[in-house]
This record gives sequence, structure tokens and C-alpha cells, in this order.
Amino acid sequence: MAELRRTMLYDLHLSRGAKMVPFAGWEMPVQYPMGVLNEHLHTRAHAGLFDVSHMGQVILRGPGVAEALETLVPTDVLGLAEGRQRYGLFTNAVGGILDDLMIANKGDHLLLVVNAACVEQDIGHLRQLEAQGISVEPVTDRGLLALQGPEAEAVLTRLVPGVAAMRFMDVAEFDWQGATLWVSRSGYTGEDGFEISVPADYAVAFAEALLAEPEVAPIGLGARDSLRLEAGMPLYGHDMDATTTPGKAGLGWSIPKLRRAGGARSGGFPGDEEILTELADGPSRLRRGLRPEGRAPIREGVEIFDAPEGGELLGRVSSGGFGPSTGGPIAMAILPAVLADGTTLWAELRGKRIPVAITPLPFHQPSYRR
Amino acid sequence: MLKYTEDHEWLKQDGDEIIVGITAHASDQLGDVVFIELPEVGREVAEGEEIVVIESVKAASDIVAPVAGVITAVNEGLPDNPGAVNADPAGTWFFRIKPASVDLSGFMDEAAYQALIG
Repeated sequence: MAELRRTMLYDLHLSRGAKMVPFAGWEMPVQYPMGVLNEHLHTRAHAGLFDVSHMGQVILRGPGVAEALETLVPTDVLGLAEGRQRYGLFTNAVGGILDDLMIANKGDHLLLVVNAACVEQDIGHLRQLEAQGISVEPVTDRGLLALQGPEAEAVLTRLVPGVAAMRFMDVAEFDWQGATLWVSRSGYTGEDGFEISVPADYAVAFAEALLAEPEVAPIGLGARDSLRLEAGMPLYGHDMDATTTPGKAGLGWSIPKLRRAGGARSGGFPGDEEILTELADGPSRLRRGLRPEGRAPIREGVEIFDAPEGGELLGRVSSGGFGPSTGGPIAMAILPAVLADGTTLWAELRGKRIPVAITPLPFHQPSYRR
Repeated sequence: MLKYTEDHEWLKQDGDEIIVGITAHASDQLGDVVFIELPEVGREVAEGEEIVVIESVKAASDIVAPVAGVITAVNEGLPDNPGAVNADPAGTWFFRIKPASVDLSGFMDEAAYQALIG
């Protein structure tokens, strides 16, 4: 096995007592001594600092870069204003999802943030655009931090006063002690917060400066997962993959009318026919929320049936666990779209069928600053 | 005096019964416990049988019967307060089991257990 990579904050994690685990080829903190449950609750109440430096940052530059990227993502990139960010998907020829990503318009270039496990694939995929005169520049000399929670703005404002003026999904650059920070007001927790790209030489000092603020605690991947699950956000490789269409993944909202059938810039991305036909007809299956009765978590892979015994296998849990803020088990699964919210299904757990209710997503209402 | 199993359980003899819980080491490894399913009182179990389901925020695992016997009591309040396992593992019992005869001499003492977990 290839050696695990370490982010520039590796020593900081150890000094804070983190338990490190392999994740997407990196050695990452899964939790700190506070524990997953309290890290989760701390983020919802105060501010949590996440090291997400394992994620890929990629700059795209060149004449017509927005049009060029639109050949790979069913997103309105041309209409993305300077200083704004948008969620998008790389699709494949059969309409599946290669990765999900953030796309920021930074004036003379686009900045993409992609999943750690998909970085190599995505960069290779993006290099197709080089034939159109687009340069693809992986950013390897920066760390990426996420500061999330209701007190994130108050904390970050003390270090970087300008961020208070940002709205949800704004992007901007700020100076911090001579370092240029690339800041976006976004995240993966359902809380208000920021993602901050920081030059490698400043990453530790900046993280320590944030952690020195009384509201901030370091948060590991364990709580990052329960936070995003409560927020109803899909995780690539679990809730969607190369065989899942945007429609079935419940991500049709990210494809604007303009790129759909009959739109001004309809199609023109991989798998457009499959994806747009499905969206026009309404997907037969859809990512849904599930709340099991009782306290037992139902985790990834658990089978969902339409009857307390026998019956039809409707799908499998794609993400599931315990929601510390919801106070009980929660899960997601791709299930028939026709089933109404509130419908009772049954999850097979250790040979027993447990009733689960289809529940609208998200489980926890987000609190973004729009 | 407490005895310990390789499955990170603590055992305490009480007359002809054994009281069973999990060690602080096990509780730390599990992380925050969010769900516990206890066996039925009166159930006859084999040594090594998985009789308790314990789930943390991270994963599901089991507690096995340290000996063959009959479950004589369970900590009924525990499923409603699973966090007690993390807060006070040594003071939180799961079940009482009555074997044909109690003999804990084959289990580890505190020193041996500490050596096991390093």
C-alpha cells in the first residue's frame, strides 16, 4: 500500500491528541479527546475548525474558461458572477457522477475544490480542456481549513475583519499577516461558516490563531460526517458514485433550467441525454431521508424492505448513523420516488426488521447567512 | 476483586453470579455510545456468545458472554442512558450471569489486563 500523505497540520493534530486514521490516501484526524458527539455539538453551538487540506484545489485559467468547464459540468458557470461560488457535478457518459465540487469565479480564473479521493481522476478529466487553451493548475502549496458554526463569523472577524460582509457562497481574498487567504462562506455542516485556503507556510500559524479563540475547538472527520448527514448532504462514494445520476442522487437542484432540455444552453456535458431525460420525466428513484424507530443506528449497506417480513428489497442505506443534534438515528438511501414522506418501511438489522419512516431532508435545518 | 477478559470486559463475582461491564479502555476505543441492546433475563447463553449489541457514533460491536450460564438480571436503565458507559465504565454494569459454578481464576487480574492493553 502506498504511504499515507500528511497535511501540513499533521503535527498540530497530534499535539491536540487526535486519533489519526487513513482516509482517501491521507492520514487524517477522526476525532480529538473531546469525542465525536461533543465535537458535533460544539460545532452546532460555537465554532469548529476542520482540516480539509486533503481536498483538491485546482485553478482553471484561459480565454472562455467558463464555457469550457460547462462541457464537463451541468452547471451555469457562465452566469456565475465574480466573487461567487456554486456547487456542481462532474458527470460521465452514462449520466453518472464522477465527483461533486465547488466552483468559484475569482475574476481572472476559476477555483475548483474537489474530493480528496477523486483529485487525480478529476485533474486528468479537466486536462481535456487544455486542447481548448485552458490551463489546469493543481494547487499544491496551500492548506484548506473550514471554520464552521454560529460563532464562526465572530471568530474569523477578529483575525480577518473583512469576512463579516460576505454572504453565503461569496468568495474573496484577504490578507492575514502577509498571507493571502482565499475565503469562501460555505461548508459541509449545515452551519454558517467559512472555508479558508491558506499558504502552506502560514497554515499552522493560522490554525493555531483560530484555535486560540475561546469559541473554537478542533473537529475530526467523525463529526464532519455526522454534521453533513444531519444537513442532508451527500458524500461522494457513498450516497452517489459513477453509477448514480444527479436525479437519483437528489441533486437535480444543482442543474439549472438553462442547462436542461429546452434551456438556452441545454446539454453539452457528458451523459446529458440520460440526465436531462430523467430530470424531465422525474427520477424513478431518489435519495431520501430515513428515521428509524428506537435508538439503533442503521448504517451503510443495511437493506430496506417494504414489509415487516418478506416483501421487496427497495434499496440500501447509503449513509447512516446517529445524529447528535437530532438525538437519534438517521440515514439516507436511494428509494422509489413515488413513496410519500412519512411512509413506513423496514430496515433489516441483525436479522430483525425495524420500522423506519421516510423523512424529508435535511434532518437539521441549515443556518446560512444569505 | 475485579477480573478481566481479553474482550475488555470486567467481571465481578457476587455470590453465585458474575456481574459484567466493559473496561475504560473498551469505552475509549468505542467512542460515544449511543445504543445498547441487552439480552433477555432468563436466557441461557454459551461462552463467547454475542449477547449485547453496543453501538457508538462510529461503529457497532458486541459484548460476549464471558462464561456459559443464565442471564439473571440486566441493567434496565442503560438503553435509555447509553452515555453512562463512557462517563463511568467501571461503575456501569450490563448484565448478571449465573454459571453452573463461579470460577474466575482463569481470567486476568488488573496487572495482567494492564499489560495486555499496554
